[in-house]
Amino acid sequence: MEGLLLEPSLYTVKGIAILDNDGHRVLAKYYDSAVFPTSKEQRAFEKNLFNKTHRANAEIIMLDGLTCVYKSNVDLFFYVMGSSHENELILMSVLQCLYDSISQILRKNVEKRTVFENLEIVMLAMDEICDGGILLEADPSAVVQRVAVRTDDIPLGEQTVAQVLQSAKEQIKWSLLK
Amino acid sequence: MAIKRDKKEEEDGGNMFQNLDKTSVLQDARTFNDTPVNPRKCTPILTKILFLLNQGEQLGTTEATEAFFAMTKLFQSKNPVLRRMVYLGIKELSNLAEDVIIVTSSLTKDMTGKEDLYRAAAIRALCSITDATMLQTIERYMKQAIVDKNPSVASAALVSSLHMSKTAGDVVKRWVNEAQEALNSDNVMVQYHALGLLYHIRKTDRLAVNKLVARLTSDRSNRLKSPFAFCMLIRIACKQLEKDGGDYSDSPLFGFVEACLRHKNETVTYEAAAAMVNLRNTTARQVSPAVSVLQLFCNSSKPALRFAAVRTLNKVAMTHPPVVTSCNLDLENLITDPNRSIATLAITTLLKTGAESAVDRLMKQIASFVSEISDEFKIVVVQAIRALCLKFPRKHNTLMTFLSAMLRDEGGLEYKASIADTIITIIEDNPDAKEIGLAHLCEFIEDCEHVSLAVRILHLLGKEGPKTIQPSRYIRFIYNRVILEIAVIRAAAVSALAQFGSLCPDLLPNILVLLARCQMDTDDEVRDRATYYHYILSLQEKGLIFNYIVDPMQICLVTLEKSLAQQVQEKSSTKFDLKSVPPAAVVTMTEDTAKEPVPEGSISTVPAKAPLIQSTVSSYAEKLQNVPGLQSIPGVLFHVSEPVELTESETEYFVTCTKLAFPNHLVLQFECKNTLSDQLLENVRVQVEASEGYRVVKEISIPRLPYNETHNAYVILQFPDQLALTVTNFGATLRFIVKDCDPTTGIPDADDGYDDDYMLEDVEISISDQIEKISMDKEAFDRAWETAIEDGFTESEDTFNLPGMGSLEQAVTKVVKFLSLEPTGLTRIADRSSVMLCMPGMFRGGIEVLIRAKLAVSNNGVSMQFTVKSAHPEVAELICAAVG
Repeated sequence: MEGLLLEPSLYTVKGIAILDNDGHRVLAKYYDSAVFPTSKEQRAFEKNLFNKTHRANAEIIMLDGLTCVYKSNVDLFFYVMGSSHENELILMSVLQCLYDSISQILRKNVEKRTVFENLEIVMLAMDEICDGGILLEADPSAVVQRVAVRTDDIPLGEQTVAQVLQSAKEQIKWSLLK
Repeated sequence: MAIKRDKKEEEDGGNMFQNLDKTSVLQDARTFNDTPVNPRKCTPILTKILFLLNQGEQLGTTEATEAFFAMTKLFQSKNPVLRRMVYLGIKELSNLAEDVIIVTSSLTKDMTGKEDLYRAAAIRALCSITDATMLQTIERYMKQAIVDKNPSVASAALVSSLHMSKTAGDVVKRWVNEAQEALNSDNVMVQYHALGLLYHIRKTDRLAVNKLVARLTSDRSNRLKSPFAFCMLIRIACKQLEKDGGDYSDSPLFGFVEACLRHKNETVTYEAAAAMVNLRNTTARQVSPAVSVLQLFCNSSKPALRFAAVRTLNKVAMTHPPVVTSCNLDLENLITDPNRSIATLAITTLLKTGAESAVDRLMKQIASFVSEISDEFKIVVVQAIRALCLKFPRKHNTLMTFLSAMLRDEGGLEYKASIADTIITIIEDNPDAKEIGLAHLCEFIEDCEHVSLAVRILHLLGKEGPKTIQPSRYIRFIYNRVILEIAVIRAAAVSALAQFGSLCPDLLPNILVLLARCQMDTDDEVRDRATYYHYILSLQEKGLIFNYIVDPMQICLVTLEKSLAQQVQEKSSTKFDLKSVPPAAVVTMTEDTAKEPVPEGSISTVPAKAPLIQSTVSSYAEKLQNVPGLQSIPGVLFHVSEPVELTESETEYFVTCTKLAFPNHLVLQFECKNTLSDQLLENVRVQVEASEGYRVVKEISIPRLPYNETHNAYVILQFPDQLALTVTNFGATLRFIVKDCDPTTGIPDADDGYDDDYMLEDVEISISDQIEKISMDKEAFDRAWETAIEDGFTESEDTFNLPGMGSLEQAVTKVVKFLSLEPTGLTRIADRSSVMLCMPGMFRGGIEVLIRAKLAVSNNGVSMQFTVKSAHPEVAELICAAVG
């Protein structure tokens, strides 16, 4: 029974990963050098993780001594990993914040294509949520505000034609859906 | 049309990040040098570089440095996204590139500037490039940032401080007042981070932590709003409780944790419940409120919460099973949970708490869904069943039928192996189950695609089958294997047959016929084995059969190989003596070592580590080969004793002694550690005052022993010719030259030091240092015992009174520990008042020793009749004398 008591520490998150529907890495960060120190081990873990999770949408799994919470949407899988003794609900709030912030940034259009189109913002958001394994911010609106750039903030002139078309298409789609 | 284009776009992935090439991206980074900076061009390029890094692409130092310097040019741009990406880039490249401190001034400017958006990120980037010495220059800014009104700035500063405290703990410690102030912030995250930093700074100071916790927990105004901070506080409180020890019930800290069970946030309630469960000394009554909270969570709609609850209940089931019974109904509902982790955990919990009467019903429930789950979970279920079998031996029938049904299903090797293991454990543990278990296993090997498993089962059949009432029924199963299987299995089957032949005289003629047939096999190994066994069995000589089939010698193969190589190299004319090779180490698989520390309900894709096959003796022998001056000892290392501490722990010099026995020499290995940071020790050696008969052959000293390092010094002694003198005590002194040195650098102040010595506790040489345990089962022991006198053994016997022994168990452990041998088969003679202990061993020099001790409870303590049989009369006497 020894060592079950959690060491009081802010370092709660061991890793965050976003994978596509083939299990390939879109973005991933590991914060503990003791867990998967090399890129090869990380890949192997991600492959395993994906195999175990892509069919059943069960939200939580324990794999290789880590508690992994996850969520999927269209063609993306979002994962947050913590130690096996970590409070699962804290990990869930990290995951929820990650997903909600990205959803707000991409204006509810969470799919692989849009993530890649806004990759820099998604990277910044991940950086705002977790810094070196410490949960930095768990409130999605605060994260979005800190990332500061919503697509509509960019003046029209700085958007590419494709982006303008895309946002026009989005607006039409949403008005039709309403 | 539109759909078509959409599709095409999707095929491209609309993705400029696919098929990126490192070289071309780094070439593109030259664009960063253009003036004015074009954010629309530069942002994607920088993103690409970071994306490549994220994908695991390796950058060389030059590449990284070039990219880093190009990136610094982007500080000219005012575009917020680009600037933020630059910060991110600095963080990513900080440990790859050189001269990263070049951006310190730019970052300091941003960190103190007006743009809030930049400040927080700039602080974090700055701390990633700053080292301990540089930190002092920005200390003032950091202190300001910690108490900044903007929560993101304060959080960034606090978190960065925590990161920095790993390298510059002393500097960060000075910011405790600022952290204290930040704790009063209205922002939840700032509170959380401030608490984390404060605890980290003060965690070694128990009083300060107590004060911190007391102030925060007693605060009625409830300043602490963050649920995360609450979780942190619960963890700190529990840590303190654990340290304080004693009874929790009247502790205000425990009261606080209990109160958190009623917190409105689920995260906090769960944290509190889990903490109470994990506290070491809680009573069932103290845990029960936590269990009721967890029970509620079992019905939550969130899988994570259900998972958390059932996992924690599983832990409670290990410590306080009765408390969990109230949740049984909820747990049974969870068996059908769509999340298989939850379902499996629920089952294992139920199996732990369930009463004997519930077993049948539960097994039925498990059977209904076992086919749907993956192998990993099946293994967890099998393990739970194994525990259950050991708990309720009477239920073995139901459980065994269930296991054999599982064995027949499809499944991988690991899964099948775990079932077979479980059946084997049950057979060993419960004699009633043996026949049924063996029958199930026989059936299984009829149709088993896993070679290793079939071989193991055949071996088991050979060992256990002859002892059953009707051994002949197994022969058919085994001989079928000889006809139908591949060579490896055939060979194993032949060995199993031979076992039957040697142990069941009435079957011998039949076995000989079968073995004769096997001599015609196409495979060499099978033929060899068949011929070997056939020859020995047909001689019909009991002793021979016993020594070469039933209980062949267990020899440490690694050492055997080495000794043989040595023999060949030396080309000596003497015959090779098998007895000079130490016997194989007895592998004792206790419950603790067998159990992997993998948390239950977890799936592990990493294969379990193979148990360390090389024994301690051979690993030590290898180590000694590398020590100059030790190779010259004749003979092979025979026995390694447990290390003994010769100093109190926490003293200036810490010394432990390990005794290594060779046939004629004793090597004392002294592991010395210097715990004084201001001293450098040189020429460290241990001087022993050898008692009569012993002769010091050589001393090997440690040339240099700096602070906090551990090195070995050796003393080689020759054993006295007279065995009676070998059991003795040596006085020991640690001698060395001290040089005072600078605690931080470890460089000595002066060239010449002074001699000093340090008294150590006596080194005790006992009989157990000269005997190595060997593995032998009870029957083999009995046989050897009976034939010992014929084989020229001498017997020595004595009766002792062991005063002050409370119980028989105590006496047994004491005797076993004294001799450090492995007892084989503990036989109790009549009504628990007496016990017989059989211990085989090997004295140094390859002298076999058989020890039998009869212990009985007497009026004043325990009396013991101690009998030793050995090939060497002096050894028998010595052991007998040593016990007294």
